[in-house]
Amino acid sequence: MSDTNTDTKASDVKREGAFAKFLRETEVDTRLLGMLAALALIWIGFHYYGLFVNGFGAFLTPRNLWNLSVQTSSIGIMATGMVLVIITRHIDLSVGSMLGFIAIIMGTVQVNILPQYLGLGHPMIWIIAIFAGLLMGTLLGAFQGWMIAYGTIPAFIVTLGGLLVWRGAGFLVARGETIAPVDATFKLLGGGPFGAIGNTGSWIIGILGCIAVLALIILGRRKRKTFGLPLRPVWAETFLAAIGAGAVIGTTLLMNAYPWPKGIIKKYAAAEGIEVPPEGIFISHGFAIPVLILIGVTIAMTILMTRTKFGRYVYAIGGNPEAAELAGINTRWMTVKIFALMGFLTGIASVVASARLGSATAALGTLDELYVIAAAVIGGTSLAGGVGTIYGAILGAIVMQSLQTGMVLIGFDAAIQQVVVGSVLVIAVFLDILYRRNSK
Amino acid sequence: MSDTPLVQLKDISISFGGIKAVDHVSLDLHAGEVVGLLGHNGAGKSTLIKILSGAYKKDGGEIWIDGKRAEINSPRDARDHNIETIYQTLALADNLDAASNLFLGRELTSPMGFVDDAKMAAETAKIMARLNPNFKKLKEPVSALSGGQRQSVAIARAVYFNAKILIMDEPTAALGVHETEMVADLIKELKDQGLGIFLISHDTREMMDLCDRVSVMKNGQMVGTERVEDVTEDDILSMIILGKNPKAAA
Ligand SMILES: Nc1ncnc2c1ncn2[C@@H]1O[C@H](COP(=O)(O)OP(=O)(O)O)[C@@H](O)[C@H]1O
Ligand SMILES: [Mg+2]
Repeated sequence: MSDTNTDTKASDVKREGAFAKFLRETEVDTRLLGMLAALALIWIGFHYYGLFVNGFGAFLTPRNLWNLSVQTSSIGIMATGMVLVIITRHIDLSVGSMLGFIAIIMGTVQVNILPQYLGLGHPMIWIIAIFAGLLMGTLLGAFQGWMIAYGTIPAFIVTLGGLLVWRGAGFLVARGETIAPVDATFKLLGGGPFGAIGNTGSWIIGILGCIAVLALIILGRRKRKTFGLPLRPVWAETFLAAIGAGAVIGTTLLMNAYPWPKGIIKKYAAAEGIEVPPEGIFISHGFAIPVLILIGVTIAMTILMTRTKFGRYVYAIGGNPEAAELAGINTRWMTVKIFALMGFLTGIASVVASARLGSATAALGTLDELYVIAAAVIGGTSLAGGVGTIYGAILGAIVMQSLQTGMVLIGFDAAIQQVVVGSVLVIAVFLDILYRRNSK
Repeated sequence: MSDTPLVQLKDISISFGGIKAVDHVSLDLHAGEVVGLLGHNGAGKSTLIKILSGAYKKDGGEIWIDGKRAEINSPRDARDHNIETIYQTLALADNLDAASNLFLGRELTSPMGFVDDAKMAAETAKIMARLNPNFKKLKEPVSALSGGQRQSVAIARAVYFNAKILIMDEPTAALGVHETEMVADLIKELKDQGLGIFLISHDTREMMDLCDRVSVMKNGQMVGTERVEDVTEDDILSMIILGKNPKAAA
């Protein structure tokens, strides 16, 4: 409204506080800031609770944060898919059960079936097992999507059914047994000292990350020029670049600060024929492979949502399904594809989760659907449809996993954990509603 | 004006539940002609043109385009026949910006296959400058726009893609006097370029001014179609209200 009246606009700017000016010029959205603040609060809160009550602050340690990064991977991978599902006004309650079922199938393939034909430890075993898992996730997801789109059964019902069916199917196939041990190479995808890329590899990733941050800022600026859009002031661009690069370097330092445990080093040294000096050797974990998978998925999904027709159609369907249909978008087929993608990502998450466990049990992934949906919603995906981002869901996944890890660390039992997680989900949705109402 | 009509709707019928929304209606449209559709709310005007635009599947009847029978089963089929539609509801995705809406379903892509937002924004700026010079909010979701601005986006979308057949369902409903005049000028310009236009409006005077022929519908049936120079505004009003064609009775 004020764009017709330059006088009021000028005085508005003068009255604006330093912080508001900072937000406006850097274009950092308040919601992202709020999420980061909540995360900082959770981390510091758990650390000092531990320090004062248990006499030991275990949260803000390289060891815990490294483990947190690995534990977030599986939920985070699925949360990126849940964003699409929720944007298009659906829900998927079946992801946790599907994860368990896929893990059982992959376990059976690599433990009970393939070794008979290929021989134990054959290098193709883990590849075939993963292929089977991803294919299965895609097909199960597509099947659910097909029932929702063409059978016009509400997603809530189809996936509630899936929640029971896939869990039950997993128990039937496994006959209640734990399937172990998984293939040695497969196991690396779950993390652990050998499933991480070490000091040098992590720095390569860190430097690539810094280059990516700079490239994004420079390309973004160039694109605004061609758009003819107002540019951010140079100080704001520099500030954002410094923050971005700083975060990447800080994370790399953190990941490298967590050393291999003594026992592993002793075994490793013996195998390699190295003499261990009395003060020990410091071998960094570095980024865990599942975390790299999560980063890869995040980048791919962000490109999908922001740079492709598919992503554009997902938002359009969420904003106005009828308009999308009238624009010639095959909304039913899109629904099948979205659920197939959700299933595919559940397959990847299943690889990570069962590799981390080193085995497959039918109970794997129990309650994951709640964490995944909560991650997406806390990350700003609106249940009313049409709104949501991939990076938000990843932040949401970190928040949820921090809560859970933190409660385990300070010794809350499972019952309290459930009470807290459930309450956080409801409160987060309520805060989201308040936020949207106020920003209108 | 050529002899073969651009569009022939022959004996079109559709019902929803028990309601015959369109009941054996026939109507044609020539290139360079504006045909107006009039009638009370619920007469079946929107439903009839939605059959032509592929939004609804007809229960009976035939559609002929350029003298050839056409199968229109989806909005995509209609677009393939160069039929563009401005829907009464506008059919915009509120969470997307003007450019994304304008190109929805027909995005411009880079050689790598990614959506080319810069190019689409530039094209949108170009056509909006022509249709509505006051339009500035290119990067905001259309939910942030006024009714008139939203209508301009819907009009821009229909005009941008070189339609041969244009359907406008109450295109000026949310517009002010000045903007309505601009749309009237646009209609005349497109007509001169040889487009065939179906125009739906409640403003009888405006219809007399813009249309070559007007058709009146009531309760899903066609009351009559007349050349505007052969009828008075009162004739049309009585057709709308009574559902009878005074000329046919005479
Ligand atoms: N999708 C639909 N489902 C059920 N009834 C419909 C639908 N679309 C239109 N109708 C009915 O068809 C009749 C004609 O409606 P419409 O074509 O919108 O009228 P008009 O555009 O002339 O005001 C109305 O009785 C309306 O209720
Ligand atoms: Mg209507």
